[in-house]
Amino acid sequence: MNAQLDYVEIRDLTVEFDGFVAVDSVDLTLLQGRVHFLIGPNGAGKTTLVDAVTGLANASGLVRYGSTDLLGLKPHQVVRAGVGRTFQTATVFEQLTVLQNLDIAGGVHRKARSMMRARRGIPSYVEEALDAVGLVDLRDRPAGVLAHGQKQWLEIGMLLVQDAKVMLLDEPVAGMSAEEREETGELLRRIGTERTIAVIEHDMDFVRTFADVVTVMHAGKVLTEGTVAEIQANQKVQEVYLGRTVEGATHA
Amino acid sequence: MKRFSTLPALNLIGIAALAVALLVLAPAVLDDFRLGNLAKYCCYAMVAVGIGLAWGRGGMLVLGQGMFFGLGAYVMAFHLKLEAAGPDAIPDFMMLYGNGTMPAWWEPFRSGAFTLFMVVALPATVSTLLGLAVFKRRIKGAYFAILSQALAVAFATLIISQIEVTGGFNGLSAFTSFFGYSLYDPINQRMIFFITAGLLVAMLLVAFQLYRSRFGELLIATRDAEERVRFLGHDPANIKLVAFVIAAVMAGIGGAMFVPIVGIVSPLDIDEVASIGLIAGVALGGRATLLGPAIGALAVGYAKTSLSETFPGSWTYFQGALFVLVILFLPGGLAQLPSYLGRLRPARKQKQVPALQAEGAA
Repeated sequence: MNAQLDYVEIRDLTVEFDGFVAVDSVDLTLLQGRVHFLIGPNGAGKTTLVDAVTGLANASGLVRYGSTDLLGLKPHQVVRAGVGRTFQTATVFEQLTVLQNLDIAGGVHRKARSMMRARRGIPSYVEEALDAVGLVDLRDRPAGVLAHGQKQWLEIGMLLVQDAKVMLLDEPVAGMSAEEREETGELLRRIGTERTIAVIEHDMDFVRTFADVVTVMHAGKVLTEGTVAEIQANQKVQEVYLGRTVEGATHA
Repeated sequence: MKRFSTLPALNLIGIAALAVALLVLAPAVLDDFRLGNLAKYCCYAMVAVGIGLAWGRGGMLVLGQGMFFGLGAYVMAFHLKLEAAGPDAIPDFMMLYGNGTMPAWWEPFRSGAFTLFMVVALPATVSTLLGLAVFKRRIKGAYFAILSQALAVAFATLIISQIEVTGGFNGLSAFTSFFGYSLYDPINQRMIFFITAGLLVAMLLVAFQLYRSRFGELLIATRDAEERVRFLGHDPANIKLVAFVIAAVMAGIGGAMFVPIVGIVSPLDIDEVASIGLIAGVALGGRATLLGPAIGALAVGYAKTSLSETFPGSWTYFQGALFVLVILFLPGGLAQLPSYLGRLRPARKQKQVPALQAEGAA
């Protein structure tokens, strides 16, 4: 392990759709080993920010990971640079089994020639990911029959197989039971030490329990950044949640 | 569900059974005329294997495979015309339609090796250029289907308009020999049948390997969730391109073998109507399965001949009715029939659950 920590540096990032500024000169630094949460009301620009970083939305500014400027790269090139993401609605390949889904995510690291061969046995990194996300018993099931939460785990597992050093997760615990949230949080902590993880989330209980750093976005701008305690004490944050306190927003 | 019924071992047994039926059984029981017909259906089946790959596995509705079939066919026909004309002579139709001189680009087709190379290289090159232009621009679905069909129309029109070098609407015919072997000799006709059937079996083996490979899984993933594949670090355009080019080459080889078997190739064999005919067999047999497209194409070819003998001129209606019935009741083709019948009998349902698990584990 090198002592140098990985990080993603976002400077002056702006995304504009036909004159509407969805993300407005955002500065943000994501650091390896911290689970970084992005929160904010609907329409704050959180998902658009992730879209811009992963090549789905055109943006201006700078997004640097290592020595690469991610802006201007195509989505698959961003992935090859080591940045992976999930979506609000889990998208897995429903006709393929859990195992095939995980295995297919390892394609980035395979040579074109080996793609023409059939899989023999289970690669160790697929085994590890299967174990990490707790889907060992379901590995031969078609991914289409998985419960919603399991699909989210499968997606995180695919990011592990992909060996994404940076993981951008869009509402990974939406629709999960309390228990599943707990497990997901623990999983993020476990895998987070060696990775740079950013999570978009609305569930404040989840944020409180697992966030190392929280960035609050509002109307395309970064409102503030800090620990959970700092965020909760912040007057401006309480205002953007429609005048309610953060406590109130949680239980709404 | 469909995926799990196509077990590797079963598929290999299926290919072996088809190989025995074509290479051993058919030559033993069929007369020369019927065997020649079967050889023609095998040419269609080769195209069908490619369509199964591009459409069934890759989700690209290739409505214009007649164009690639035509590229292979005309390349072969050029060579056979020159062979029939003899060394240093020029093909008869050029005297008839043209000014009696042969364009320079025809000259290389005197060489058998060059011809065989072009049978593969021409469809491969055209489909690569086309695929790059289309898939990189993310053209898909109905737009892709219409585009591919329009190209088949355009290609047939081009052939018709270039009568001095292509024989125009009448096509190219009156071939005498195939790489030195007289086409009038029944023994040589049998040999051509064996080559054709052998090529079909070889293509099925190629498809078999593609389907069980990681590429095959990726192709299905691209078909079902193209955008998601980008976030696995792949450009879906490249994945689709590979399947599209392989399908085009298979169609080209099918077209090349069609020429010595049928003895004529004309724009009618390669236009949009012919292209739809090629698709019909694939839809009937089951586009996403390995053997379905080939068997469907053989069946449609056979039905077309027999029905045309009994009810001349009504084949188009049969083909239309077949299309409607398959799409309405069996969108997965005949390969879907077992599970379809299974669902009609609720008593069998309980047995299916353990079966699914066992198959999934394989």
